[in-house]
Amino acid sequence: MIGTDEKKEMVFPGDIVEHGNLGMRNGLFRAEDGSFRSQYFGIVQRGEEFIDVVPFHGTYVPRRNDKVIGKILDVGPSMWTVDIKSPYMTMLHMNDTPWRLSSGDIKRALKVGDYVYGKVQTVNEVKESWITLKEPGQGLRKLEGGHIIYVPSPKVPRIIGKGGAMVNMIKDATDTRIVIGQNGIIWIDGPIEGVEKATEAIEMIRNMAHTNGLTDRMTEFLKIEKKGDE
Amino acid sequence: MGTPSNVKLLDENGIRLDGRGPQELRPIRLRTDVLERADGSAMIEWGGNKIIVAVYGPREAYPKHTQDIEKAVIKARYNMAAFSVDERKRPGPDRRSVEISKVISEALTAAVMVELFPRTQIDVFIEVAQADAGTRIASLTAASVALANAGIPMRDFVVGCTVGKVEGKVVLDLSKEEDNFGQADLPVAVLAKTGEVVLIQMDGDLSKEEFNEGMSMIMTATARIHEIQRTALSEKYKEMDMGGAE
Repeated sequence: MIGTDEKKEMVFPGDIVEHGNLGMRNGLFRAEDGSFRSQYFGIVQRGEEFIDVVPFHGTYVPRRNDKVIGKILDVGPSMWTVDIKSPYMTMLHMNDTPWRLSSGDIKRALKVGDYVYGKVQTVNEVKESWITLKEPGQGLRKLEGGHIIYVPSPKVPRIIGKGGAMVNMIKDATDTRIVIGQNGIIWIDGPIEGVEKATEAIEMIRNMAHTNGLTDRMTEFLKIEKKGDE
Repeated sequence: MGTPSNVKLLDENGIRLDGRGPQELRPIRLRTDVLERADGSAMIEWGGNKIIVAVYGPREAYPKHTQDIEKAVIKARYNMAAFSVDERKRPGPDRRSVEISKVISEALTAAVMVELFPRTQIDVFIEVAQADAGTRIASLTAASVALANAGIPMRDFVVGCTVGKVEGKVVLDLSKEEDNFGQADLPVAVLAKTGEVVLIQMDGDLSKEEFNEGMSMIMTATARIHEIQRTALSEKYKEMDMGGAE
């Protein structure tokens, strides 16, 4: 839905969303009369198969297979408690890390205040969740150095863009490395000017996530910034 | 209520003290995003009422024994400022505000999809800066807007309104004088789409016919108030969308 000039449909909680033969995905519920209704005050997004309502604000709730960035809050004998900016803390077990650690001595790997990029492995019915750093080839790791910024989680898809288009554009233009967690925590590393520029760009997307023609304006913004550099 | 007085609440044409007809609402102004730190906020000015609502959460419920393993707990706190009424109100919770906090929490729980957030609490802070009759339903009306503003999943909006009996006539949206010297007061809150009643209290007495007449007045009024809620929420984004379409 990026870069299209289609009129955005704003909906309120309880509004009926016309779905045709599309399936219901995020932000909707089936009412007693069988209609699809919005859970949120937000924007309707119709994909090829599914329909979503994207809220303007909202908190993150862990979901299986999401990749998130979290901050180590507490170190236990064999597990870390990780803050992922959600109503629920998540846990990281020492066996789910790439390091060989022995129980009681895990803080040499990760200590309080460190950031990790992990994948949500399981979520149970009371929303307790566990993350892992152990899946190879997905870039899961401890995040060393860099800067952390935060955006509300509903804005994350817009920052990533279609197939990563938006974030890659920012990375190229600002010469930074960026890791985005589904939960809205973003890690940026690189030369300080680049980090500042990228932060500014991401904040701009955050404030205008629901508008049309964002990619074009972003290109413009990054171009001007680059010119100012020379 | 029912206090003997020589105040004439209705004139011979059925016009009320403040110049309204029997089915007329006081002016309502509703705004969102009035507080920077809150996850969602709203301010309502309904006649002489001025109320700010701040919503935080969902967040982990504390103290831990208040957690519900199956759903979120809505903790509403209705508080009146010492200066909100004519005579200084002793600050802090009293019997009345504890009661109102409870009924507001329960009314909001009917609209919010609490089952999506087990073990959490959603805080709704309601601060009445100026009171002028009907604060509980004004608070509820603003609170459901603040909840939507915070991005909390809801089935529907909660909309409230009152009716009452003044000099033997059923009238909509009581003012302070009518509340103090009238014969009955009936605050009602409903879900905007379904019309399901989520709060109803009555002070004084109404006959069955008067009650039914009052309820139908409330149903038409809540539809109007719901429109105000929607406009308040969308106002900010309408401007921005225009900017996006250039």
